[in-house]
Amino acid sequence: MLNVLADFVGELRAAGLPVSMSEHVDAARAMRVIDLGERRALRDALAATLVKDGDHLPVFYTAFDVFFADRAAPAAPEESRDGETPSGDAGAAGSGQSQGEGGGSSAPLSAEQLADLLYRALRDGDQSSLVRGARAAVSRYAGMEPGRPVGGTYYLYRTLRSLELDRLEARLTGEQADQADELAKRLAHDEARARIENLKRAVERAIREQLVQDRGANALAKSVRKPLPEDLDIMHANREELAQLERALRSLSRKLATRLARRRRRRRRGPVDLRHTVRRSLSTGGVPLDLRFKPPRPAKPEIVVIADVSGSVASFARFTLHLVHAISSQFSKVRSFVFVDGLDEVTDYFEGVDDPAVAVARINAEADVVAFDGHSDYGRALITFQEHFAKDITRRTTVLILGDARNNYHQAHAEVLADLRSRARNVFWLNPEPASYWNSGDSIVDQYERYCDRVVECRTLRQLEAFVGGLP
Amino acid sequence: MTSLDPRQELAKRLGLEHLPPVHFESAADVRTRLAANDYLSDDSIASVAFLADRLAKPVLVEGPAGTGKTALAKAVADAAGARLVRLQCYEGLDESKALYEWNYRKQLLRIQAGRTEGEAQESWGELEEDIFSGEFLLTRPLLEAISATDPVVLLIDEVDRVELETEALLLEILSEYQVSIPELGTVRAQQIPMVFLTSNNTRELSEALKRRCLYLYIGYPDVERERDIILARVPGIAEALAQQIAQVVRSLRSLDLKKAPSVSETLDWARTLVILGRDEIGAEETVATLHILLKYQSDIERATKEILGRAVNLA
Repeated sequence: MLNVLADFVGELRAAGLPVSMSEHVDAARAMRVIDLGERRALRDALAATLVKDGDHLPVFYTAFDVFFADRAAPAAPEESRDGETPSGDAGAAGSGQSQGEGGGSSAPLSAEQLADLLYRALRDGDQSSLVRGARAAVSRYAGMEPGRPVGGTYYLYRTLRSLELDRLEARLTGEQADQADELAKRLAHDEARARIENLKRAVERAIREQLVQDRGANALAKSVRKPLPEDLDIMHANREELAQLERALRSLSRKLATRLARRRRRRRRGPVDLRHTVRRSLSTGGVPLDLRFKPPRPAKPEIVVIADVSGSVASFARFTLHLVHAISSQFSKVRSFVFVDGLDEVTDYFEGVDDPAVAVARINAEADVVAFDGHSDYGRALITFQEHFAKDITRRTTVLILGDARNNYHQAHAEVLADLRSRARNVFWLNPEPASYWNSGDSIVDQYERYCDRVVECRTLRQLEAFVGGLP
Repeated sequence: MTSLDPRQELAKRLGLEHLPPVHFESAADVRTRLAANDYLSDDSIASVAFLADRLAKPVLVEGPAGTGKTALAKAVADAAGARLVRLQCYEGLDESKALYEWNYRKQLLRIQAGRTEGEAQESWGELEEDIFSGEFLLTRPLLEAISATDPVVLLIDEVDRVELETEALLLEILSEYQVSIPELGTVRAQQIPMVFLTSNNTRELSEALKRRCLYLYIGYPDVERERDIILARVPGIAEALAQQIAQVVRSLRSLDLKKAPSVSETLDWARTLVILGRDEIGAEETVATLHILLKYQSDIERATKEILGRAVNLA
């Protein structure tokens, strides 16, 4: 068991969770005082000792399901294997595919029986028959091929498609559809959806169990490993990951604001107040024993964000704008501009709005950023900015430019940036592309880099947070 | 293997003569005894509380506001028959408020009293030893929990509010169950207190602190548990109504609100409905009482629109 634990800890570390030596020891100790036969207790004990951040729990649960699927619950697979023997044998004989689709004579449950079993399990909230049904559904519909190095998403998709969840959900809701009250209808609907989600999870777990039996925990863990929200690549995030990022961003901006405010407050004293000090020194015979300081004047920087919102980098721009405005109280002023090949100021969108996410959504819909063909043109955007807004840039302004500097072979107009830098306090460029891609193809990072204080790779929230947290 | 049970090990280090008895037999025991104190736990909560007792480790409890983090510590104290010692954290909390402080007025009095009695002058050494003794020490919550001889549960509430520097004060207590006082020496725990820290996650706690604690995340309960909580905490409520309330609250939480309704707000709502004499709720009553669950006007408008259909007009 200790070896399994060591493997498991190794997997958590590989997924990016910071598990220290002493936490590993704690986990081993915890395992000695609990009932190892109980899978749930084991999971809770390991979670309590190894994971110290609520955002990391989903990653932990995924890894746990893989590592302790077959070992901790030996009874359950045993029981299900009886039911699966016919189709399992058929698969070994090489005709698994036709068996799965034909639904034929030797399978223990017909398609209707299976649908009915699942429906009744969902309706009555019967977890054990739900698990049984999910396993049967997987062996029937997923068409799993042993030895393929996949993470199971494809199998999940196939199984769920065959189960016709929409119809199942409608059937669950349908029972109470005769309710006249709006509220009751909505509640019935939400209830049905929650149960369907439960079924999805059961199917996913059943697939994992199968995969673990097929390929072993260590191999599978690699293919199902999910990065932590703060390590997700923003540019290539899918919809589900974007939602995760959104959630992570909320807590991150709150923490960042607290940290910045603390840092500013810590500098409790300003420069020496000579007048006051001399006056105090009279009581000590003119010796300035007691230095007096001017009250601190926290220098809050002004921020100007100029963001490329064309398709390829749109989500990065959205997150950065969201973050900067969420902590705007830490700056004396924030102005935002977005561009594709035209440029538009969007500062107003954030005013009087409680949630920056709402404003960001409006920007996507309303801002007037396309002047010609809708391909990014950094040169044109910079020139437009210089014409209208350069006069507002002062020595207190920090300019952040967000984009991949892929200029579609338009003119760079880097001289504009040189001018901006001479006016501003700092010019930073945040690039959501990996540094190794810079200056390849139509990326012209180095032409602009000359005139920036720093070009920063910002692929993940972690990097974004580190940059904003370190702003001078 | 010569490894000791963690409790034995700690007791040996603290120099206790006999091992303090454990508070709970098993996770199931935790669960039933918490339930007897009107705190409905779930598997994770019970497991972690049990482990905390067995491994003699502090628990760091995180989660959204109003999900029963503080209540857990109170319920554990009640269930274990222990005294609850509470340290409420805030920004600017320092050693003299958290650990101990010398009662300097009393010390001054002692010195003056020594002078006026007119006896042969005490030597400074004697005096110093005298005024830096336990008699002149004002114990604050942390020291009180450590030096107590009866069983205690120490609750360090909202630990994320103190500065990073102050957090370091806690480390010695959390790992060694002792407090070092320069003038007096080290005060070791007389028993093994259970320690709970709560955090609303407004800032990242230090790795050092997290490493010393077990971690428990308390999220919003699922419908069944919330219904049971309502039934346990709101006397005289019908089961059907409790179920309905729990479902409405779940639907509300699934919306993207500024502040999702907490368990305590759910309970307030349930009590209100009981006082109003309802057996079930419809769309209209829900809208009329939504301000108990939601605390922002924009949230209320949103929920009205989302859940109750567009027909309803907010007066």
